[in-house]
Amino acid sequence: MSAKGKIVGSFVVPSRPHALLAPDRSPAWQRLHDAYGEMAADIRALKPDLLLIFSTRWVSIIGHQMQADPKPKFWVVDEDFHELGTLHYDLNIDADFAEHYRDAAQARGLTARTVAYEGFPIDVGSITALNLLNPDGAISAGIVSCNIYSDRAETLVLGKAAADAVAASGKRVVAISVTALSNRMFTEWINPAQDSIHSAKDDEWNRKLLELLEQGRLEDVSQLAREFSRQANGDSKLKAIWWLASLSGQSNDYRGKVYAYEPIWGTGAALVGLTPQAGAGGDLEYDEDDTEVFRGDRNVLATDASEPAAKSS
Amino acid sequence: MRLSSTRKTAISAYNFEQPLPMSSSTSSPPHRPPGSGEIVAGCLSPHPPHLVYASNPQQNEPKSSGAGAWKSLLDGYQSLRKSLEDREFDVIVVHTPHWKTRVGHHFLGVPNFEGLSVDPIFPNLFRFHFDLQVDVPLAEAIQEEAAQEGLVTSMMRNPEFRVDYGTITSSYLVRPELDVPIVAISSARSYFDYSNEVGEREMLALGRATRRAVEQSGRRALLLASCSLSHRHFTEEPEDPEDPAFEHIHNGNQEAWDRHVMRLMQEGQCAQLLEQMPDFIEQAVSECKDGSLTWLLGALDVPDFPATVHGYGTVIGTGNAVVEWDMRKAHVQAGDQA
Repeated sequence: MSAKGKIVGSFVVPSRPHALLAPDRSPAWQRLHDAYGEMAADIRALKPDLLLIFSTRWVSIIGHQMQADPKPKFWVVDEDFHELGTLHYDLNIDADFAEHYRDAAQARGLTARTVAYEGFPIDVGSITALNLLNPDGAISAGIVSCNIYSDRAETLVLGKAAADAVAASGKRVVAISVTALSNRMFTEWINPAQDSIHSAKDDEWNRKLLELLEQGRLEDVSQLAREFSRQANGDSKLKAIWWLASLSGQSNDYRGKVYAYEPIWGTGAALVGLTPQAGAGGDLEYDEDDTEVFRGDRNVLATDASEPAAKSS
Repeated sequence: MRLSSTRKTAISAYNFEQPLPMSSSTSSPPHRPPGSGEIVAGCLSPHPPHLVYASNPQQNEPKSSGAGAWKSLLDGYQSLRKSLEDREFDVIVVHTPHWKTRVGHHFLGVPNFEGLSVDPIFPNLFRFHFDLQVDVPLAEAIQEEAAQEGLVTSMMRNPEFRVDYGTITSSYLVRPELDVPIVAISSARSYFDYSNEVGEREMLALGRATRRAVEQSGRRALLLASCSLSHRHFTEEPEDPEDPAFEHIHNGNQEAWDRHVMRLMQEGQCAQLLEQMPDFIEQAVSECKDGSLTWLLGALDVPDFPATVHGYGTVIGTGNAVVEWDMRKAHVQAGDQA
C-alpha cells in the first residue's frame, strides 16, 4: 500500500452491551441494535482496511495502550450487567498497525505501549462494537485505551498520532469512538422496557450535541466537550470525541448522520456517522488550544526542584 | 439487522434459576451456633499488583528483578501475616475498588472461580493463575442485610465472571495459600455518582450489614479493605518497574495526608478520620473514594482503639499502608470500661 492512508469515516457508538446482549428486553435497545446493522452496512460500503477504536471502557494509567495481540481469544462479562451473559471473543487485530501507532505516539511525546497477552480483558465496549459492526471479523481492528489522567491536549495529540500512523499505513481506516454521551445512570434496577434518559437536562444536551453532529460539525462538538461534560455528565470528559475529531482532521467538513439516539440505563446512547465532505463546515470559530506535541504534565505540586516538574514549554 | 451466523463473538446466557453446581474443592466453614460469629480483625490491605509481581509467586507469569522498590510494603504484609498467625478465621471478606458497579453493591455468588487474571492496567506485571473458593452463603447473608439497610444490591451468579485483580491481590498478600474462602464485595459508585457524603453513608451501612451477617453466620471473619490511601499515579514507568530510584510519593501533599490518616488510625481516632474522610478523598485523590476503608470502619463499629500500621510505602506514586485492627483490643478496651 504505497498511497497515503486516510480516514474514510468517523463513527460514535455506545459503550454498554445491552443492544447486543438483550435487545429484546427494551424497545430502545432494540432500536439501537437495528441501527448498528444500518451502520455496519455503511461501514462495509466504505471498504475499510481497519477499524480503529478508542474506548472509554478501557482505562489506562501508564500512558496509552494499544492492543497488539493479533488473535485475542477470551471472554468478558460486564461488571454491572453480568446477568445478561458472557461475551466470548475471537478478534482479528492489526498488530503491525498497533506498533506503528505506538511509535507515532511516542514521537509526539506521549507515553505509549502495546499489549499482547493471553487472557487480557478486552473491554466490553470494544467487544460490543466489533460484534455488532464487524460480526464476522472480516475487517481487522485496532483498539487504544483511555488514559484516566489525560486531558484535552494529551488526547488531541493521541488523535494526531493516530492520524500519523494511518497516513503512513496506506490504509483506508474507519475511526470509532466507543463512548456514552451523557453518562448518568440509574443506580437502581429498572424495568428495561421503561428505560429513559436520566433527566430532561441530559436529554436536551444530548440532542444539542447530536444536532451539531448531524450537521457534520465534529470539531465544534470537540470544542464544546468541556461544557457538555460539566452540564450533562459527559462520559470521560468526552475524550473519545476529542480523539475522534483530532484523528479526523479537526474540521467540520463532514456529512453527518444520526442513526439512533436512545437511553441505556439512563445514559445517552447514540450511533453517529461522519463521512468527509469538503467545504461542509463553513467558517466556524475555534477557541481551544491545538497542541502538536505532548510535553508532559505540569506537576505544580512537585516539591523538589530537581523533579521533572515544569518541563512543559 | 440480523446478526450473522458467522459471528466471531459468542454470547452465552445462563439460566440463573437453576442451582449452580458446587465445586468439589469448596471447603465449608465450620458450623457454629448462629449469633456466635465474629470479626477477628480488619485490615487495610492495598492491592497494587506490583507487590504480587515483586513476590515472584509461581502463579504469576512475569518475574521481577527484585530491585526492591516496594520493600517497605512487602515487609508490612509479612508483618501482618505474622500478626494474624495467632488467630483463626473461616472466611476473608474483601471490599474491592476494582469491581466497579454503578447499580448498587454486588457480591460474588458462585462457589468457585479459577483461571487467569490479567490486570488491564499493568498487564506487564500481573498475569496470575488463581483458584478461589467463595463463601456464597455468607455473601448472600451480607446481601440480605445490606438490602435491609436500604441499599441496592445484586448477587453475581455468572460463573464466567472475571474476578477483579484487587480481590485476588489483597487475598493473596494476606493469605498466599488462598485456602480460605472469600466473600468479594464490589465498589458501588455512590461517591462518584452523587457525593462523598452519600458514599460514606452507604459504606457505613454496608459495614453494619457485614458485621451483622458475620455475627449471625457463626463465622470467624477477616475483613480486608483493598485500597490505597493517596492515589495519584505517575503515568510513566521505568524500564525496570521495580527500580527504587524511580519510586517515591507523587507529591508532598499526598504523603502529609497519608501520615495524618495513619496517625489517626494509630491513636484510635477513627470517628475523627470519618469526619475528615470527604476532605481526604478530595485533597489526596484518595482511593478511599471507592468506599473500602469506610466500609471496614463501619463493620468494625468505628474503632476507638489503636490500629497497628505494619508498613507504609509508595507504588508508582500512590500512598499505601498495611494496617490492622485486632478486635481483641476492642474487647479488652470494652472490658476495661466495664
